[in-house]
Amino acid sequence: MFRIDFNKLRFLVCDDNPHMRRILRTLLHSFGAREVYEAEDGATALEMYSHYVPDIVITDWAMPIFDGLELAQMIRQPESKGNPYAPIIMLTGHSEKRRVTVARDAGVTEFLAKPISAKGLYQRILNVVANPRPFIKTKTYFGPDRRRNTNSAYMGPERRVGEKHEVLQQPSLLDKARSTI
Amino acid sequence: MAKNSAKDIEVKAFATHHVITQPNPLRKVLRRVDEKDMDDPVGRAEQALASLSGEFKDWMTVEVQRLSIAWTAVQKDGFTKKLRDELFHAAHDIKGDAATFGFPSAAVIAESLCRVIEHAPDLEKVPAELFTHHINAILAIVHENTRLDSISVSAELSRRLRKVADDYLANVNRDRPEHLEVILAPSIAPVD
Repeated sequence: MFRIDFNKLRFLVCDDNPHMRRILRTLLHSFGAREVYEAEDGATALEMYSHYVPDIVITDWAMPIFDGLELAQMIRQPESKGNPYAPIIMLTGHSEKRRVTVARDAGVTEFLAKPISAKGLYQRILNVVANPRPFIKTKTYFGPDRRRNTNSAYMGPERRVGEKHEVLQQPSLLDKARSTI
Repeated sequence: MAKNSAKDIEVKAFATHHVITQPNPLRKVLRRVDEKDMDDPVGRAEQALASLSGEFKDWMTVEVQRLSIAWTAVQKDGFTKKLRDELFHAAHDIKGDAATFGFPSAAVIAESLCRVIEHAPDLEKVPAELFTHHINAILAIVHENTRLDSISVSAELSRRLRKVADDYLANVNRDRPEHLEVILAPSIAPVD
């Protein structure tokens, strides 16, 4: 069984709602975290991100100036001087599936829909600490691998080109038809 | 905790993408413990959250005042972008926070209100009663929460308001399939 030494982790929490920041601070301190920095908008969070170099970012989506999605996109700049690899946990009241997809495509590592729970937050933190995913860089994306499961048999249009499974031969429809006769 | 240096990072180039792997920079914070380890960080955090609960009613009152002020401004000046955003954010915060603060029915109604604001094609054409019923219901739930008999009433109220709002949205979006799909999709919010 593994435990996290929260006292060695530095968190940046970004939420425009002071009550939610207080709840997050309370939960993180209870887990054992000592260093929890807080920002109430995306611009301040980005400044604090560069200054404090947090290990994990927890951000709301809807915020003034620029939102959590834009914050994630600004952190995930592969050529930036800062750390573009820090895990980002999006904690948000948005609870539609399409929002998860949008957040994922912005480079968010984990998505946590409100209402917040101690268990849900702990599990997301444990996941980013214990199971980091490789990063993928394409023309249009830089962030953690969006595919959590490997399916080497996948032959659809979004199959990555150039990897081992690219050489897998898909049986022709004729062959398929013959084999069923 | 320092990040990995550039030499630790391995980059594999493929035709359409690069796969970048690095030693887990957070591995040092993982500690193996005995199965009998009694430490319970989640339980500790739940207790800490419970110790805050005495403040939740006051926090919720602040949230509903913000919603009420935003709606009053809309009634006065209409749905300008700024006022629309303020109303949405006030409702959205209640949607996210109210269940944690002990007002789950208020969260359901706030979600319904958010959906109306987000998916109605023209907010000026939405019957004002649809907004006032949502907002008044949230206010009433927060004010009456101490009465035990109000809990089932508020749950029923939230269900009915959601139904009315969903019927309205389905009707006005019948020619907008992208909105209709979102309206009809199930929520991913955790259910306690």
